[in-house]
Amino acid sequence: MGLGPFFFLATLEGLVQASVLVLTAVGLALVFGVMRVVNVAHGEFFMLGAVTAWFVSSLFPDHPAIGFIAALVVSPLFVGTVAFISDRLILRRLKYNAESTIVATIGLLYVLQQSVLMSYGPDARPVDPPFYYTIRLPWFGYSSYKLFVIAAAAVLLGLIWFALKRTRWGLIMRATQFDSETAQAFGIPVERVYSAVFAIGAALAAVAAVLIVPIQQAHYLMGTDPLLLSFTVVIIGGLGSIQGTIIAAVLIGLSDGILSVFFSPTLAKIVSTLLVALVLVFRPNGLFAKARR
Amino acid sequence: MTSSDTRKSLVLHGVVLVLLFAVQFAASDYMTLTLTRMMVLAVFAMGFNILYGYTGLLSLGHAVFFGAGVYGAGLTIYHLGWPVPLAFAAGIIGSAVVAAGIGALALRTVRDSFMILTMMLSQVGFLLVLYFNTVTGGDQGLSLPQASRVFTLAGASVDLAQPVTRYNIAFVLLLVTVALSFTLLQGPFGRVLRAIRENEARTEMLGYDVRRAKFFAFVISGTVAGMAGAAYAILFGYIGATFTGIQYSIEALLFTLLGGAGTLLGPLLGTVLMTMLIDRLSEITSAYFLWLGFILIALTLWFPKGLLGAIRQRWLPWLT
Repeated sequence: MGLGPFFFLATLEGLVQASVLVLTAVGLALVFGVMRVVNVAHGEFFMLGAVTAWFVSSLFPDHPAIGFIAALVVSPLFVGTVAFISDRLILRRLKYNAESTIVATIGLLYVLQQSVLMSYGPDARPVDPPFYYTIRLPWFGYSSYKLFVIAAAAVLLGLIWFALKRTRWGLIMRATQFDSETAQAFGIPVERVYSAVFAIGAALAAVAAVLIVPIQQAHYLMGTDPLLLSFTVVIIGGLGSIQGTIIAAVLIGLSDGILSVFFSPTLAKIVSTLLVALVLVFRPNGLFAKARR
Repeated sequence: MTSSDTRKSLVLHGVVLVLLFAVQFAASDYMTLTLTRMMVLAVFAMGFNILYGYTGLLSLGHAVFFGAGVYGAGLTIYHLGWPVPLAFAAGIIGSAVVAAGIGALALRTVRDSFMILTMMLSQVGFLLVLYFNTVTGGDQGLSLPQASRVFTLAGASVDLAQPVTRYNIAFVLLLVTVALSFTLLQGPFGRVLRAIRENEARTEMLGYDVRRAKFFAFVISGTVAGMAGAAYAILFGYIGATFTGIQYSIEALLFTLLGGAGTLLGPLLGTVLMTMLIDRLSEITSAYFLWLGFILIALTLWFPKGLLGAIRQRWLPWLT
């Protein structure tokens, strides 16, 4: 295989990574943007989504497509409910104080991770893709499911975009993000918006996880990497900015695949973590942010 | 705080330390070992508490300083064959340097960014340990050579294989930390730190150099944590990547929150209680992390001031 096709393959793989990453990171960015909550348990919502997907699809052993569609519906609903309850029981009572919520979500991280370990076990389990068609390109065969992941992520992002910018719901959300006190004064039930945003953020991570489990197996520790990557994306994109987050996710998803071809993964992680830390110090509004209000 | 309050507080700390010293004559070998470990970890948590409890800065990456101490002491013994006291000093100096570097960067940010940044920079330390695994031993870690377990200090031979010796070294470490914290935090510097915790902008308006005070608090806090790490490596003869991992950062936070952030003895109490609780629980269940999670959530929800913080509020206003 020549360099051109090789690069093309790396780009495709990078786009698959980016698709999953962008959904997870937008969930995190939404929660941070609207609620100003740093949700350390976000990766565990991703993991919970993957494990639920395995559970649901294992109910339909002969029909992977039906199992997949069922998982795509059930998993985000379930994870969103868990998040909703966590918000009601924990975050709301902490009045969304920055320090307390970060400590509490660290606690939530351990609780979710260990609960899954105790019920689901330490094994990594695969989920069958809904279809097995391989597309023959002149240089290599490529799984059509991976292309489906990219397309699905693009469609979902479009939907999120539309919901945020064109619907009444999105308006309420943006108003709460812009100035929660004024929003409250105008009769917006801010606390309910917060619960909903927290649930939607977690549900997005779950959708990303359902999309990835046919490629990558479900495992109780799988939440760590998406969490760190999402943090990276959200920081580079500018804390809480959705547009910046999307651009950053595509950039990082693409470069992560390409970088790890040339460097050892540990070194790549060291360099990228350091770079992101420096962005946080010197460009706290992200790399592409306009001046902050 | 009046001088009689200070006296009461001094007496209390003295009594606690004397009791802790006396315990070794009654404790079993296992108990002695557990208490030794508790005291070293308590020093780590006390270091963390200087920054979080007194200055109001929540670092989520204190393991990197503990780890700098562990590796500063451990690697100089393992690779360079340095004598133990010198290696101990190397661990302390190493962690002070790391703390100064990270502090200079991290203190440019505030609140959420500060927490994320300290966590990320600590993660860089952890990854560096893994990356240079030919030197550090990586995940597997290294056991320090037997020869380094015995050394002479001021003419006396010290044998680190003796549980009682280890206990007393850890005790002296704790004693020094408590004494140092007491003088530092009850003095003018401590008052500036608490002023920053309560209202940073006002403290700056009053003419205090807030940046400098925060930087010193950060370096002292990191150095104390590193001192605990250096002692841990020397006393237990093992160094490994887990000491720089996120779990140790969270444990320092947990011990401090449980005992009471912003109280001198809180981290010690938190460490002792948590270690005993884990000891008991591990007989019933192996899910240490599940309990860690529940306790963290419960503390933030119902007990944000911790045990000693609540006691101070209700009954003992003079408690430091």
